[in-house]
Amino acid sequence: MIVAALNKKRIAITGATGFLGTALVERLLRAVPESELVLVVRPGRKGAQNRVSRDIFRNDAFSALRARTGEETFEEMCARRVVALAGDVSVDGLGFDEEQLAVFSSCDIVIHSAATVSFDAAIDDAVEINLLGPVRVAQTIRQAATIREKPTLGGLKQGQPAHLIAVSTCYVAGSRRGNAPEELIDQSPFFVDVDWRSEVSSAHRSRSDAEQASRSPQQLKELDKQARRSLGAAGGPALSAKIEQLRQNWVAKQLTRAGRARATSLGFPDAYAFTKALGERALVETSEGMPISIVRPSIIESAYAEPSPGWIRGFRMAEPVIAAYARGLLKEFPGVPEGVIDIIPVDLVVGTILAIAARGPEQDRTCHPTAEVVQIASGAANPLRYGQLVDLVRGWFNDNPVYDERNQPIAVPQWSFPGRGRVVRQLGRARKGLDLTEQILHVLPIRGKQADVSAKVEERKDQLERANGYVELYGAYAECEALYQLTRLYALWNSLDEQDQRAFCMDPQVIDWPTYVQTIHLPSMVKQARLKMIPSTKTGESRSARLRKEVLSPKRQLAVFDLENTLIASNVVASYAWLATRYLNRSERVRFTIKTLSEAPSLLALDRQDRSDFLRYFYRRFEGAPVSRMAGDSTELLSDLLIAKSFPAGIRRVREHKALGHKTLLITGALDFVVEPLGPLFDHMICAEMTDSNGTYDGQLSSVPPTGEARYQCLVDFANLHNLDLTQAVAYADSSSDLPMLEAVGFPVAVNAETKLAAIARRRGWLVEHWTKSKGAPNRILPIGPLNDAQQTNRRVASHV
Amino acid sequence: MSSDSRRSAPRPGLVLEVDKSTPPLLFHHGEQFRLEKLPAGSSRVIYPAEPIEGLADPEMAIHEALHNPLDEDPLPSLLWAGMKLTIAFDDLSLPLPPMRQPDIRQRIIEQILDLAAAAGVDDVELIAALALHRRMTESELRHALGNRIYDAFAPQGKLYNHDAEDPNGMVELGLTRHQEQVTMNRRAAESDLLIYVNLNIVSMDGGWKSTATGLSDYHGVRHHHNVATMRKSKSFMDRHKSELHHSNWRQGEVIKAHGPRIFQIETTINNNTFGYDGPLAMLQKREWEWSLRERGAFVAMKNGLDLLGSTARRKIFQSWRAPYELTSVQAGEVEAVHQRTIENVYAQHIVPVEGQTDVLAFGLPYICPYNVNSVMNPILVMCLGLGYFFNLYRGKPLVREGGVLIMSHPTPWEFNPLHHPSYIDFFEHVLAETTDPLEIEQRYEKQFAYDEWYIHLYRNSYAYHGVHPFYMWYWGAHALQWLGRVIVVGGDARAVRRLGFQRASTMQDALEMATDVVGPSPSVTYFHNPPILMADVS
Repeated sequence: MIVAALNKKRIAITGATGFLGTALVERLLRAVPESELVLVVRPGRKGAQNRVSRDIFRNDAFSALRARTGEETFEEMCARRVVALAGDVSVDGLGFDEEQLAVFSSCDIVIHSAATVSFDAAIDDAVEINLLGPVRVAQTIRQAATIREKPTLGGLKQGQPAHLIAVSTCYVAGSRRGNAPEELIDQSPFFVDVDWRSEVSSAHRSRSDAEQASRSPQQLKELDKQARRSLGAAGGPALSAKIEQLRQNWVAKQLTRAGRARATSLGFPDAYAFTKALGERALVETSEGMPISIVRPSIIESAYAEPSPGWIRGFRMAEPVIAAYARGLLKEFPGVPEGVIDIIPVDLVVGTILAIAARGPEQDRTCHPTAEVVQIASGAANPLRYGQLVDLVRGWFNDNPVYDERNQPIAVPQWSFPGRGRVVRQLGRARKGLDLTEQILHVLPIRGKQADVSAKVEERKDQLERANGYVELYGAYAECEALYQLTRLYALWNSLDEQDQRAFCMDPQVIDWPTYVQTIHLPSMVKQARLKMIPSTKTGESRSARLRKEVLSPKRQLAVFDLENTLIASNVVASYAWLATRYLNRSERVRFTIKTLSEAPSLLALDRQDRSDFLRYFYRRFEGAPVSRMAGDSTELLSDLLIAKSFPAGIRRVREHKALGHKTLLITGALDFVVEPLGPLFDHMICAEMTDSNGTYDGQLSSVPPTGEARYQCLVDFANLHNLDLTQAVAYADSSSDLPMLEAVGFPVAVNAETKLAAIARRRGWLVEHWTKSKGAPNRILPIGPLNDAQQTNRRVASHV
Repeated sequence: MSSDSRRSAPRPGLVLEVDKSTPPLLFHHGEQFRLEKLPAGSSRVIYPAEPIEGLADPEMAIHEALHNPLDEDPLPSLLWAGMKLTIAFDDLSLPLPPMRQPDIRQRIIEQILDLAAAAGVDDVELIAALALHRRMTESELRHALGNRIYDAFAPQGKLYNHDAEDPNGMVELGLTRHQEQVTMNRRAAESDLLIYVNLNIVSMDGGWKSTATGLSDYHGVRHHHNVATMRKSKSFMDRHKSELHHSNWRQGEVIKAHGPRIFQIETTINNNTFGYDGPLAMLQKREWEWSLRERGAFVAMKNGLDLLGSTARRKIFQSWRAPYELTSVQAGEVEAVHQRTIENVYAQHIVPVEGQTDVLAFGLPYICPYNVNSVMNPILVMCLGLGYFFNLYRGKPLVREGGVLIMSHPTPWEFNPLHHPSYIDFFEHVLAETTDPLEIEQRYEKQFAYDEWYIHLYRNSYAYHGVHPFYMWYWGAHALQWLGRVIVVGGDARAVRRLGFQRASTMQDALEMATDVVGPSPSVTYFHNPPILMADVS
C-alpha cells in the first residue's frame, strides 16, 4: 500500500546530503519506482546538480542499486526522477526565486530533515537552522501552494499546501526520567514556557556580544600571549594570523558555551535538543492549519538491514566516543549502567517517515489539533541498557583489537561508570598536569629528539581535550533516563498490511541488540573510522623515507636552508665570540668569556622576543671591526667553527639538492662575511649585511635582517625573480620563527626542531630530520678563537718534550 | 745508561714460536691496548728489530750529504744569485707519530737555506708537498720546520701548502710512454732547482714518488692511485715489485726530461718510536722482558685509559712525539739516492720469516698517515690494516691466499668533519651500496674527485681531497682480493659491518671464526707492529 500511495507523488527532501536524507532518497528510488524527488540542497560552489550527483549518488548507499540496475540505467533513472533544487533553510523563502518556487510547488509531500546535528554548534547557527528552519520550510510550502498553477502529481490544487513531515528528535522532551509521550512539547507538564522569538533575538545578540568581547584589549592581550606561546618569535604577520584564528575560535567557543548553558538552564541536554524543541514549537505556532507531521527519532545509528546492514554516513554521535574508547583514550565515561541508551537504526526511521508520508496527514485532529507527533525510538519497546552496550563494545574490541603505531593490540579499558562530575574532574587534573609539562618543555632550550617529547605531550593533550569534549557533549545522553513512548508509532505499524510491514520495517522490537552492535554496527564503524584493525606489515617504506624521497624528487625546483641549528650547531653569538677573541691574549679571553656568559640570559630572552631586534642589538658589537681583517678571518672561521660544528648529513642534503639540479638558497640572520666561505654550497645566499665606513664596520645593518616574515618575503622575492614555483620548493629550518618560510613552500622540513616547531611539524605531518654533529668532531665548550702565536705553540710543544 | 747499552747492541727482529710459557702479547688497539694469549704450538710472533743506532752527529751528516751528493754536483755549486729555488718537503703524514723537535726537515732545510743565503739566492719558496692530503696548519708547519723558518717565510707567502686545485698553480709536463699524464706544481716546475726533502719512514716513500705524486694533482695521481695498479703492486712496499712505483718512475722519466733539475734528499730514522725509557718504553720491548716496573706502568696506563672518554684518550695519544733518531741521510740524483735509502730502511725493518700462515693477526695503533691530530675513522682502519700493514712484506704475503686477517681496533663510527668530510659521505653513501673497489672506482670516483664543495674545503679549509677516501679503499684492494675473511676484534659492530668485515668480541672468538675459512687448528702469525717491521717471506 505504501508503494502505491507514494507512486505518482512528488516528494521534496531537505537535508538529502545528510545521513537520514541519503537513506530516504535511496529507499524512495529503490522501493517506490514511480515517485519523483525534488532535493533541496545548498548549492555550494559547485551548484545544486553537482552536489546531488557527487555528495548523494556517489555514496555507497547506492552501490547495491547501481549494481542491480546497471550504471547507465541508474543515471537515466536519476535524471528522470530527481530534480536538484538550490535552496537554503537558513534563508527566508529558502532563497528560492520564482522558477524554483514553482518547482517546489509541484511537490505533494515535503520531508524536512535538514538540521545541524553537531552537538557543539554555535547557538546562533543552531537557532538559524534548527529553530527557524522548519518555520521557513512551512512558510515556503504555503507560499508555493498559492502560486501553484496546475495540480501536483498527487492532485493538490492551488492553495492546498503540501504535507510537511518535519524530522525532530526525541530529546526535545528534555533531560527527564520516566515516560515521555508523543505529544507537543507545550503539552508536557515539565515544559518551561519560553518565547522562541526572544530566544532567536538573544542568540543573534550573543554573536555580536561575543564578537565585541573578543576584541576587547584584555582579550586580545590574552590571545597574543597564547599565540606567542604556540609560535614563539615567528614575526608580526604570522602572529597576527594566529591571533585572528584564535579569536575566531574563541568566539565560536563562547557561542557554543552560551548555547549549552541556555539549554541546560531549561532542562535540555544540549543546544541541539533545545533549538529543535523550540523549532517544533515555532513550527506549530506559525502553521496556520497546514498539515504537519513531526517525526522524532532518538539517536539514529547505522542501518539494520537497508540499504545494507551497517551502512552509515559520516561520523556520528556514538562513533567518535567508541573510536576513542577502542584507541584506549577514554579511560572512563559517565553514565548509568542500567539506564537505557536509545539508539534507532536509520532504516527504521526511514520506514516510519515513508509510512506517514504514504498515509498522509493525520485526519483525526482531536488529539493533535495542529500537528501529530510520532516518536521512533527503541527504549520503551526493546531497551538497550547502557551497561549492556558497553559490555558488547568491549567484548567485540577484545576479540578485534585496534593496533597502535608499534603494531601492538590496544587493550580496551573497563569502565566503572562514575558520575559525570568525577570524570570531568579526572580529565581536568590530567590536562592541568600536561599543561604544566608543556609549559616547562617550551621554556627549556631543547631541540631535536628531545623536542619530540613535547610534541607527544601536545598530542596527548589534544586527545584529552577531545575526551573531555565527548564527556561534556554526550555525557548527558548516556545519563538520560527518559523512555520515549511509541503509542502512535505502533498504531501506524498495526495499520500496515503484512507486505508493507516487511518492506518498510519500523518496529524496534525486531532488533537483536548483540547482533546489531557486534556484527552490524561495529564492523562497519571501524571501517568508517579507519581504525587500524590489522597490524601493518613492515615491508613498506617508513613514512619519513617516503617523505624524504618526495623532498629529493627531481621535480622540486628550490631548496632553502636556514643555517644555525639546521646545518651547523652554532649561532651568531658563537661566531662573534670566535672572531672577537681571535687576537686576545689569555687573560683578556677569560674576561671576555665571563662578560659574555653573564649577558647570556638577557640575550636569550631578547632572542625569544624578537629575532631581528636581537640581531640588531647584538651586531652593534661589531662596531669598529676592520673590514679586511674580518674577511681574512672568515676562512679560518669556516674551518674552526662552521665545518667543525656542521651536521654532515645536512651539508650532504644541500649537495644532493644541488646535484638534482635544484636551486639551493641559504637564508640566515648571520653576517655576510661569516657565511661567505659557505658560498660553493649554495647558488645564492641571503644574509645580514653591515654597513661600513673608512674600512671599519659601524655595527649597523644595511637592511632588515632576514628573519621571521622578512625571511618569508626574501624567499618569495627570490622565487619570483628566478621564476620558481614555491609549491615545488623545499625549506629546512629548526625554529618556529621560520614558520612563515616553512608554510610558504610545498615541502617543509623541520630539522632538529625546537619544541614549538616539533609540535607543529608533528601535527602537520612534515618531514622531521635529526641531524647531528659528526662523532669525532673537535669538541670545544666555548667558541673561542685558537691561540695561534708562536709563543703559545712553543709552550705547547715544550710541554710534550 | 740502559739506553746507551741498548743502542750499542741492537738486536735484529725475531720470530718466536708461542709456547705455554709465552706471556700474553701486547696488541695495539686504537687509543688502548689489549693483552692476548695466542694458541701455543701453532702460533708465532714476529718482533721488529730493536732501534738501530742513530747518527751521532746529524748536522754533520747532513752537511756531508749536501756537499758530497750521489751522482750529482755538490749543492753549493747548484746555487747562484738570481736563481729560482724551490724546496719541497714531506707533509704531516710523515713520520708517524710526529717526531720531537727539531724535526729532520727543519735541520736539513736550515742548512739548505744557509747555503742559499751564502750563494745570494733571493727567490726561495718552500712548499709542503701534500698532493691531495689536507693542508698543514700553522702550528703543524711550525713544528716541522721550526719557528725561525716559519716566521721568515710564511708571512711573505713564501712558505705554503701545495694546492693541486689551484687553476693557475699546476703545469702539465707531458705524457709517459704509457700515456700517463705528468703534472707538477707550477712554482716547482718552473724553478731552476727543486730540492725535495724526504722523511722515509717505510720503503714505499721517496724516489720518484716524492715529486711525481707529492707535487702533482688528481690528473697525475690517478694513473697509479687506482684499483688495477694497486692489485698489481705485490707489494707496494717492495719498489721493484710495485706497479705503483713503476708508474711513478715512468712519470719520473718525463720529469727528468721536461721538469726542473731535482736535488733529492732522503733520510731514514730508526725504530725508536716510543723511547728507550719513559712512559711508553715497554711498547717497543718484548713482553717477557718487561721489568716489574714496566708491567706495573702498563697495567696502570691501561686501566687509566679505560676511565677516560674517547676525546681525552685521543688527545693524550695524539700529543705523543716520537724520539726518532736519524740513521742516514743521502742526497743527490733521485734514483741513486733512493737505492741507498731503501737499503737503510731495510736494515732497520726487514725480518726474515719462513713460510706463510693461515691466520695473520695484528693490532692497529691510534695513528696512520692520514689522522695526525685527527680521528682514525673506519676507512682509515681499513687502509692501515689492509693497505699498509698487510703490504709490509717482501717476497710473498705473510698470510696465504684465502687466509684470514684478524685486526684489533675499536673502529668507532667517528669522523673528523674538518679533515675528512668526503670520508663521511663515502662511508655513509658509497660503502652502503658496495665495498667492491672496482665498482666503487667506476661508479663514484669522478663524482667525488670533481666535487666543487670538496675542492673548496681542500683548498680553503683543512680537508683531504674529495677523492682521497677512494685511494684509502684502493690501498687495500690487493688484500681484499687475497684474503678469505677479515675479522676486527673489539670493533664497533655497525662500522665493521659497513666495511664488509666481521666483528669479534675477543681474540678467541676471532680465531674460532677463522676456522670456518681456513679449517681447524690453523697456523697463526702475530705481526708485532709498531715499531715497524717488514717481513721477508720465503
